[in-house]
Amino acid sequence: MLYALCFLLFMIGLYCAVVKKNMVKIVIGIMVMEYAVNLFLIMLGFRFDEAGKAGVAPIIDKLDAGARQVFTNTSVDPLPQALVLTAIVISLGSLALMISICITNKEAKRMSISVPLPVFVAVPLVMAFLLAIFGNKGRTAATILANLATIALLIMALCSLGQTRMYLMGKWTIPLGINLVLDGLSSLMLLAISVVSAASMLFSAGYMEQYTAKPKYFTLFLLMVAGMNGVVLSGDMFNLFVFLEIASLASYALVGFGCEHEELEASFKYMVLGSIASMFVLFGVALMYANTGSLNMAYISAAIQSSGLNAGLAFALGLFITGFGLKAALVPFHAWLPDAHPSAPAPISAMLSGVLIKALGVYAIARVLFNIFGVSIQVGWILVAMGLLSMTAGAFLAIGQWDLKRLLAYSSISQIGYVVLGIGLGGLILAQKRNPAWASLAILGGLFHLVNHAVYKSLLFLNSGSIEMATGTRQLKQMGGLAEKMPVTRATCTIASASIVGIPPFSGFWSKLILVIAAVQAGFYWIGALIVFVSLCTLIMYLKVHRYAFLGELPENLEQTEENEGSMLAAMVFLACLCILMGLLLLPSLRQTLLEPAVKVLTDGIAYSANIINIQ
Amino acid sequence: MKGMTIIVKTISSWVKVLIFLFGIYIIIFGHLTPGGGFAGGVILASSYVLLMLAFGRDFAEENLSLPLASKLDCVGALLFAAIALFGLFFGAASFFWNFIHQQYQLGEPLSLFSAGTIPLSNIAIGIKVGASLFLVVLTLSTFKPDTSGEKKE
Repeated sequence: MLYALCFLLFMIGLYCAVVKKNMVKIVIGIMVMEYAVNLFLIMLGFRFDEAGKAGVAPIIDKLDAGARQVFTNTSVDPLPQALVLTAIVISLGSLALMISICITNKEAKRMSISVPLPVFVAVPLVMAFLLAIFGNKGRTAATILANLATIALLIMALCSLGQTRMYLMGKWTIPLGINLVLDGLSSLMLLAISVVSAASMLFSAGYMEQYTAKPKYFTLFLLMVAGMNGVVLSGDMFNLFVFLEIASLASYALVGFGCEHEELEASFKYMVLGSIASMFVLFGVALMYANTGSLNMAYISAAIQSSGLNAGLAFALGLFITGFGLKAALVPFHAWLPDAHPSAPAPISAMLSGVLIKALGVYAIARVLFNIFGVSIQVGWILVAMGLLSMTAGAFLAIGQWDLKRLLAYSSISQIGYVVLGIGLGGLILAQKRNPAWASLAILGGLFHLVNHAVYKSLLFLNSGSIEMATGTRQLKQMGGLAEKMPVTRATCTIASASIVGIPPFSGFWSKLILVIAAVQAGFYWIGALIVFVSLCTLIMYLKVHRYAFLGELPENLEQTEENEGSMLAAMVFLACLCILMGLLLLPSLRQTLLEPAVKVLTDGIAYSANIINIQ
Repeated sequence: MKGMTIIVKTISSWVKVLIFLFGIYIIIFGHLTPGGGFAGGVILASSYVLLMLAFGRDFAEENLSLPLASKLDCVGALLFAAIALFGLFFGAASFFWNFIHQQYQLGEPLSLFSAGTIPLSNIAIGIKVGASLFLVVLTLSTFKPDTSGEKKE
């Protein structure tokens, strides 16, 4: 009877929370759900025993009869009470949060909550400098604070989905002041960054115990997050460069964090190539300023539209493609990535491969080419060519690797090729003035693949970190038979591999399918065929990972291997769930809030400047 | 290596005070005259760098120890961020809003708050730049292979 009541309450709550449009009703619905769960917990402690006597708790079942008699007569089972108390505290906390959100919402008279945009940069920045003060004594506190910061960022990114806003720093109007712009593309990138950084931060809590100087690591991590958030939000070219440098400098230091010989060498190589890329970008920014007299993206774009492309601006365009291409590790410029990404600690590899190359490289390229210069046929072909080259070369190079993380790094190059190919194909179709629906489909495929890749590649790197921590090696030849020893790692790795290869229900399949459809519709049959062929190569390399790491004979020295615990597992399972569920992003309602605004920003092209100037 | 000759030591021990004071002047008059937080911070750091050159690294480190400098570095950055964040809660509620003076008044000599938050931000930047530049020079002078996760600015 009580169970039924409980279930009924839960369903009522769920109904209210899901169906109702009014925010207060949603909150009440969630409250009802919470109390249904609380009631259920209390009932767990109130069970009938064999004699039909009430009050025997499941926990006390293991005691012998005499003790049980004494126990049940004199006391109640403490566990459900403790659970309920905890649940009440948590629900009160979340209730307070939700009510405050409702109130702010009522004030703002809008369904979505408007977080002041600089907060996305300020929170990680402030937290980074706060944690640096902690020193080595406050490791636990630093870990908790850093995780809170990334989770708060995730919540804020979720809250600002689907909005288009501009924020003026200190209320200075835009040709003079600095502006931050949140549009569809930015909010998509923001969400990807915060999902991956929350998961990596959670993973770091356990993984980074093997390193000294944990607070310093968190400082650098958060600086990197601040830099990336700044890059995707910035509305003017110079600030884009500044944030790009913040994120890059933090990542140089993080790649060399282990301070072993190899890691420092990789870090140095990365730093040299990264600095060259930054100088290219800075030079490009300077040329833009010299030719248009503005640093604001919208105003530069307006100036280019009115006066056309002169030689200086064309040179700047070339510099941007090279500079951001270096940051994105597209194939002619990829030399640093296979060294840098494996050398970093695993959660940082996840961040670098998962979001850094996309925020600093792909996002910046797309923003500059589509929204500022406007795509031309040549630029479209350059992007398509670089995408195809990265896709195939990365895949071929990856198959030959025996170092697990190095294999994953090469695979990142291959996958970033898909993303750039999708965006470039869209740009090419737009520039050729053919059916814009094909263009938006290609761009949708590219951006969807970008988000998918952020999730599954970071999961794969976290898996490699988990394996490395348990076995102490990254060489595939020295592993084997880990399937039984590390079931969770194995399961999550399988899901991620299935995703990246493109096996139907998982996320990677859908984005590749869209890319193939777009290519075929636009008449580029050979590109479609190549996409499928590279998928096959991807299948080979991940089968290799599974064959050598998880199946086969267990080497004798790995008999004692144990699965890692706690936060590391939580992070991996979280990302694996996302891998399975991401296909749902194509459902019309989700697509309209998340992916389509982002696609629209790119297909609108140079209308961006008019949009931004109009918001003001 | 215990520093340079007695002449250099004596002169630099006089000059360092002047340089330090000049740095403070540049920071505090940042909103009125050329210069400001960054330039003043560099001058502050240079007084310590002079000490380091004349008396050797150990002496400079005794005066301003490495952990203290790195804490000052963070405190400066935090102060600056705090001033920017306070702008969210006062007046027009905008990041970096000059909340002490609602209109953008011109600065006046000998009145620290005449330009609103600008002198305060200058002081925060001065602390930050001074400490971090000192740290950079100190790190360059130490050549230890074992610096775990070295701090970058």
